Amino acid sequence: MHDLAQSAANFINLDTATLVYLFLVGFVGGLVSGFIGSGGAFVLTPAMMSLGVPGLVAVASNMCHKFPKALIGALKRAKYGQVDVKLGLILGISAEAGVLYGAQIQEQIKDSFGDAGSNLYVSVSFVVVLAVVGIFVLLDAWKTYKSGNAHAEEKVTRLARWVQSINIPGTMVYFKSLDARISVLFTIPLGFATGMLAATIAVGGFVGVPAMIYVLGAPSLMASATELVIAFVMGLGGSFKFALHGLVDIRLAMIILAGSLFGIQLGAIGTTYVKPFMIKVVMGVIMVIVLFSRGLMVPVYMSQLGIIGEISAETTKLLMNASFAIMIFALALGAFIVLRAMWQGRNAERLQYIREAVTERL
Amino acid sequence: MSAHENKPKKRPVGIMVLTGMISIALYATLLMNQETIIGNFAKCGLYALLPIATAFAFSFIHGSFTGHFWTVLGIEAARKKMEVK
Repeated sequence: MHDLAQSAANFINLDTATLVYLFLVGFVGGLVSGFIGSGGAFVLTPAMMSLGVPGLVAVASNMCHKFPKALIGALKRAKYGQVDVKLGLILGISAEAGVLYGAQIQEQIKDSFGDAGSNLYVSVSFVVVLAVVGIFVLLDAWKTYKSGNAHAEEKVTRLARWVQSINIPGTMVYFKSLDARISVLFTIPLGFATGMLAATIAVGGFVGVPAMIYVLGAPSLMASATELVIAFVMGLGGSFKFALHGLVDIRLAMIILAGSLFGIQLGAIGTTYVKPFMIKVVMGVIMVIVLFSRGLMVPVYMSQLGIIGEISAETTKLLMNASFAIMIFALALGAFIVLRAMWQGRNAERLQYIREAVTERL
Repeated sequence: MSAHENKPKKRPVGIMVLTGMISIALYATLLMNQETIIGNFAKCGLYALLPIATAFAFSFIHGSFTGHFWTVLGIEAARKKMEVK
């Protein structure tokens, strides 16, 4: 890591176009994060790398923008009563352990199989996790929409009811988001898995938020808001670790933060206008699209490792560009759904307000 | 609804301008002193506290500005609080 720190001294030059690009990607990433509690990082890291930023500096700088962004988002959503600080901190601490373990596994894979092996591991993790969790979340949102009960209170899953019914003396903690006491022996592995995923694909929330909803029984709005506390804890620890090796490019981190703080405030406001199942819609849609993006890269890395036949340089470049474009599309579509849902919610509220005023005058 | 509730809420223009100016000053300092900042922040060891402290400072000032920015534009949370439980 020390050698990398030396090379990190050669940070890229920032021109106006780069500043605007980072600001805009930060804004869209922040908007989605404010709404679903995570997301954005999977685009920001490759976006920085596309500007010539070394991989580790991109990861470190992304993390250094993530924790202050998550902090502001969590504070905003706490005002709306959506954050369970205790659950966020407990999950966040175990997630931190997961990050350290996940990073160690990454290093071992890199030592044994090189960059291509490491990239293949990341892409396959992306595809497997997003296929399972993304499709499950999207189907659940679709079922809620079709049932016509989108306004109804979310049902606690059978699994969550079972988790809440288990009493292990000495480990039980009351969480306001669940309105129940559950054993920390259930939260620790969930936090650990969130951290491991964050260290692998940079978006722990793709496991953390669904786990809080389906395994612990938290409402979608509270799960997505609490994820911001987890992201803050993980991001703070991770940033310090990277900063100890001099890998954080503070300029990149702060420029992205400039855009993402506009976005995260807007995303957080958006959650007060939408039906809770919209959190699942946005998360599921992004996960399934990103799955295709990463899936495209699997043959490239397999070819580099000699598992399959050689792929030409042009095809590799084409697949890389298509993968990046699909990722940007996923984030943009997520942002569009958030803004559209917010717009509709605001209009509906305005209409109701006018109707109430007219009724009162009559 | 009472007349008091109908009265439009005062928008926090002053605080938005103040935090916006401090935020611009912070970013100007960062971008105009890139070499010095990079040189010190990329050092290892205890210098790691510099980027962390910077991130906290920027987030509070710029976060406060962006929050007031949307409020001044009239984009605020729904009046009826969502029931999340």
